[in-house]
Parts: sequence; C-alpha cells; structure tokens
Amino acid sequence: MKITPDETIIWHHGFIIINLTIVITWVLMLVLVIGSALITRQLKTDIFISRWQCILEMIITGINSQIKEIGLSDSEKYIGYLGTLFLFIAMSNICIILPYYEPPTGSLSTTAALAVSVFFAVPAFGIMNGGIVGYLKSYTKPSIIMLPFNIIGEFTRTLALAVRLFGNIMSGGMIVAILLSISPFVFPVIMNSLGLLTGIVQAYIFSVLATVFIAAAVHESSSETL
Amino acid sequence: MDNVTIIAVASIVTAGLTTAIGCMVPALSEGKAVSKALGSIAQQPDAAPTITRTLFVGLAMIESIAIYCFVVSMILIFANPFWTHIIAK
Repeated sequence: MKITPDETIIWHHGFIIINLTIVITWVLMLVLVIGSALITRQLKTDIFISRWQCILEMIITGINSQIKEIGLSDSEKYIGYLGTLFLFIAMSNICIILPYYEPPTGSLSTTAALAVSVFFAVPAFGIMNGGIVGYLKSYTKPSIIMLPFNIIGEFTRTLALAVRLFGNIMSGGMIVAILLSISPFVFPVIMNSLGLLTGIVQAYIFSVLATVFIAAAVHESSSETL
Repeated sequence: MDNVTIIAVASIVTAGLTTAIGCMVPALSEGKAVSKALGSIAQQPDAAPTITRTLFVGLAMIESIAIYCFVVSMILIFANPFWTHIIAK
C-alpha cells in the first residue's frame, strides 16, 4: 500500500528524482498563479465586475479580516505570506474530488517544507517589526527562566505543524483506500466528503496557527521598543 | 517463536493499542472542550465567532494528539523499521 505520493516516481536520472508530489505541487502552483494573473489582468471598480474578480475580492477580504481578528492590525503586510499558505493548502486538499489525484499535503516532505517556511517567517516578521534585539528579547519573556522552553517550543511547534497536516490528510486518503477494499460502493464517498471538510479545516488551522505565531513574535518584539 | 514472529506480534498489538488509547483520551477531551464552548455560546451569543475560532484551533491541537498516535501505528504496520531490518538480514 502506498502511504504517500512520494513513492510514485515518474522520472529519475541519477540522484534527481521527480515524484508525483513534485509534479502535483507544480501543477497546483501554476493553476493558482496563472488563474490569479488572468483574473487580475483586468480589474474594474465599476458596479458590474466580473464574477471571478468578485470571488477573488471575497477571498482576499475574508483572509484580511481573519488576520485582523487574530491581532495583526496591518494585515496587508502579512497577507502575501499567510494567504498563500491558506490558498495552497486549501487548493491541494479540495482537489481530492478529482480522479487520480493525490494531495501533495499527504506527503511529509511537503508539510515539512511548509512548516519550515513558517519556522523562518516568524523571526523574519518579528525582526522586521521590532529589530533583532527586540526579537531576541522576546525569548526571555516572561522571565529568563523560560528561555530554554521558548527555544524548545520553536522546534516542537514546527514539528507539530508538519505532522498534524500530514497525518490528517494521509489518514483521510488511507481510510478511503481501506474502505474501498471493504465496502466499495457508498462509504468511500461519505468519507471523501468528510475528507473535504477536514482538508478545509486543516488549511484554516495551519494558517491560523502561523498567524498566531507571527502575531506573538510581532507583538512581543515591538512592545519592547515602545 | 523466532524473531520475525515476535516483531510482527509486538508491532500489531502495539499499533492497535496505540490507536485505541490514543483515540479514547483525545475524544474525551474534545467532548469536554465542545461542551464548554457550547455553554459559553449559549450564555453569550455575541462572542460566538471568537469562541468558534478559538474552539477550532483548540480542537485541532487536541486532535493532533490522536493523529500522532495514528501516524505511529501506521508506521508500525506499513513501514516498520525493525521488520525491514530483520527481513533484510
């Protein structure tokens, strides 16, 4: 049984291996980039706008208001990163309704890469807001005793982010595969629709957690400089 | 029993126990969290969006414990390192 799409190798030459995860990730990235480029090519401020522009505006304002509610008041600075995370994960989880599709988030390498990007984005945004000293001082809050725990927390939450997304999506696919061999007619459909719900919730959770981490770093490092 | 049988028995039993216990306890705590949140929403319907968002994040945190157990049992069954080590010998 294939657990992750990493094991489906499409092309390899020497140590370069192109597996299904890489291919699907690039296809999704191209769809997202080309789609939004086509939509934003002719933006209008009329009363009558195209329906694609309408849905794009709804997505953007929705993400913006969510980021603001969590506590990052200047959300336009962060939406480039957080919105991309959400859109990519949501897109890759929704597409499981397509036949012969394997979600790239069901492979630990993809989720680990996303989690590592969060790991580096948190200090980047923190330093951008409060300077290096302000950011480093945020590790010694509330007192210097918490320094090792804060540092350990940085790593464990990165691991938790990666394994949470991977486990949820992989288990969804695996349950469908197991049910297909037991009762192949109705139940896989129900579990697949449950997988759609889980996919959206996990995409939301991943981006909300990234926002919470960034908000904590930004607030703690900028309150020092005030 | 030879080594292969011992490893197989231990892996299968441990995988079952891991998923069983690791689903039981998070299920209890998720029920607790949801019941608390429903009570809070009933008391203060104005705060429903905030409570729901926090509830979802908390539920995901709790659920990830169950997911860790599931991943461990999946590794034990489908990608057992000890099994492959013994077989390769």
